[in-house]
Amino acid sequence: MRASPILVVMLLAGPILFGLAGIFLPAFGVMPALGGYVPTLGHWDALFGQPGLWRSVIVSLLSGLVTTTASLGIVLLFLAGCTGTRLYGWVCGAVTPLLSVPHAAAALGLAFLIAPSGFLVRAISPWITGWDRPPDVLIIQDPWGMAMMAGLVIKEIPFLLLMSLAALPQINPASRLAVARTLGYRPVTAWLKTVAPSLYPLIRLPVYAVIAYASSTVDVALILGPTNPPTLSVAILQWFNSPDLSFRFVASAGAVLQLMLTLTALALWRIGEAVVSLLGRWWLERGSRGHYDFGLAVAGGGGIVLAAGLAFLSLVGLAVNGVAGFWRFPNFLPDTMTLSHWLKAAPSIAGPLSTSLIVGALAMAISLAVVLAVLENEQRSGLRPGRGGMHIFYLPLIVPQAAFLFGLVMGTEIAGIRPGFWLVVFGHIVFVLPYVYLSLAEAYRRLDPRWAMIAATLGASPDRIFLRVRLPMLLAPGLMAAAVGLAVSVGQYLPTLLLGAGRVQTVTTEALALASGGDRRIIGVWALVQTLLPAVGFIIALVVPRLFWSNRRAMRGVIR
Amino acid sequence: MSHRLILGGVSIAIDDVPLLTVDADIGPGEVLTVTGKSGSGKSTLLAYLAGFIDPVFSARGRVLLDGVDITERPAETRRIGLLFQDALLFPHLSVIGNLMFGMVPGRGRPDRAAAALADAGLAGFEDRDPGTLSGGQQARVALLRLLLSDPHAVLLDEPFSKLDAHLRGEIRALVFDRLRVAGLPAVLVTHDAADAATAKGQVLNLDT
Repeated sequence: MRASPILVVMLLAGPILFGLAGIFLPAFGVMPALGGYVPTLGHWDALFGQPGLWRSVIVSLLSGLVTTTASLGIVLLFLAGCTGTRLYGWVCGAVTPLLSVPHAAAALGLAFLIAPSGFLVRAISPWITGWDRPPDVLIIQDPWGMAMMAGLVIKEIPFLLLMSLAALPQINPASRLAVARTLGYRPVTAWLKTVAPSLYPLIRLPVYAVIAYASSTVDVALILGPTNPPTLSVAILQWFNSPDLSFRFVASAGAVLQLMLTLTALALWRIGEAVVSLLGRWWLERGSRGHYDFGLAVAGGGGIVLAAGLAFLSLVGLAVNGVAGFWRFPNFLPDTMTLSHWLKAAPSIAGPLSTSLIVGALAMAISLAVVLAVLENEQRSGLRPGRGGMHIFYLPLIVPQAAFLFGLVMGTEIAGIRPGFWLVVFGHIVFVLPYVYLSLAEAYRRLDPRWAMIAATLGASPDRIFLRVRLPMLLAPGLMAAAVGLAVSVGQYLPTLLLGAGRVQTVTTEALALASGGDRRIIGVWALVQTLLPAVGFIIALVVPRLFWSNRRAMRGVIR
Repeated sequence: MSHRLILGGVSIAIDDVPLLTVDADIGPGEVLTVTGKSGSGKSTLLAYLAGFIDPVFSARGRVLLDGVDITERPAETRRIGLLFQDALLFPHLSVIGNLMFGMVPGRGRPDRAAAALADAGLAGFEDRDPGTLSGGQQARVALLRLLLSDPHAVLLDEPFSKLDAHLRGEIRALVFDRLRVAGLPAVLVTHDAADAATAKGQVLNLDT
């Protein structure tokens, strides 16, 4: 248990450093397996010679900044404008289910929704548009990645909202608001002036994670992103998978470029932070009471409703597509319904579904065990991790997958580790462990220390306190962390694809493989299966504690 | 059974600033009442005696329980029991589960626990959910749990301050009575003058 912090560093930083080394060396020509012995800058020339490279770079960079600005803006305005309203309670209840939807499934659902023959166009055709056949316009996979950014915003809003809701109790927003309002500020302005400046530092790392993810996503970009040229991350994947192995040098240089791109996006964001903080101070000290309360509240509430509504409709669209038979264009609903797609897909789903489940369960169980060891060690030693300790958990969320995973694959190949099942499990742990930690740490630390004191004075050893007091009392947050871990594992695309060398097939890799094929009925089935698997985990995490503690009234109070 | 708790030159400091110094000899059934303003170090003294002191404090001196130096022992082997102002019954265990949590393994435990409950006017409460008990019932179960764990000394951290006024006197009398019968030395930290008056023991005011 004392070694658990070291284990965390090895599990998280190890693969990342190894992976970064694995791209830096080939990027400069060093890769003995492919005959690269002499350092050279030639591969960079080849990279910069790729057609459309700069467009790829700019779209990826924009995606990182625009997605984050939009998501964070909507979340802050929503919290400022809608706290205490009925909408607020309703949205907070929907956050966790929305967060559990895998990125790929949400992207596929959105693609079905906004495509020229999708729900939205059908809803207004032909009576508004006059179209009786799908219009020939490029809505998804548009060259500037707007559909991709929309898909990312829908998925990042629940993440940032959940992180904000977890952080808010630490800064006591109610009393801040009360003070500001007695000084004559209206509620929304009061929130933005007194709560937001203290909230932002607490959610800064999650925000950086959003920037990193949006600037380097592969699965969402494959479904909704531009194709010719694609985003930088997708281009790297194409080079890496090229039959011409010499393209691996270009892919490595591309991965280094991806790392620099994401770092640039983070640097630009930091400059933005400084500007906003300067302007914000001026705005605060000017003492203006603000006259835009209503507009801001509407913007926040409207943005959230739009995003949640699109996410919800996307899932409905997946379900409808999965059972659609004959479906003539302007008709809003299918002309006939059938289960044949499900029946046809069922035999081929069983294998990937069980692989997803087993990989997810293993990655989750190992991560949970390590996280519990870290948190329990923290309780016993009385030492809290400092800022550096938190940063290690955000490392895998901030270093782009598209940057280090290729290097990790090439590194393991050189080291003689064969890609496959166990490498996939350990690859998933790199991303599952941070989320399990982030979900569980607050609850673990907030548990009243007097419970352990009482137990100790009753003669219980530290191990007995852990097993008989902390674990049972933290059953609900523990199961929730496990469900989050499972959901994160199920959603992993790039690590599964690369570390499994295409041989470990999960519902996510299969859904993405089918996505390019374009049979919407089958895609609908797979994307829905991909959504249901984590959803079942969350349902279990919600129901089991209720059943288990149905006869223990106070257990409902301890958790919250 | 009779036990004796001796605090020999116990002094606690934070950042080299002395907080308190205590010398006390607490005999069987006797109570040392410690009073003082918030921040005077009352709760720190209890944490030190129980074995939970925060490492930011530095403490010197010796704690002898029945002649044995327990200063360096971990909390779970000191045989010092603790009552807080909240009953802190484990919410995931039944009433009897709470009682047996602290009892030394061996035969006849359920019977002893049931008998103790009946003796305290809580007959038949074994399988009750502690979350459904009244404040007074919770306080009794907490006291029984403490006594059944067979401590050799007891620490009381404002144990009556959260009880309703009409219950406070009753529970206070019950606690002191049981401690006296069991021959347990106790250290009581309190704001309430009535606590000290009922305890009838030595009083240590940390403000003077």
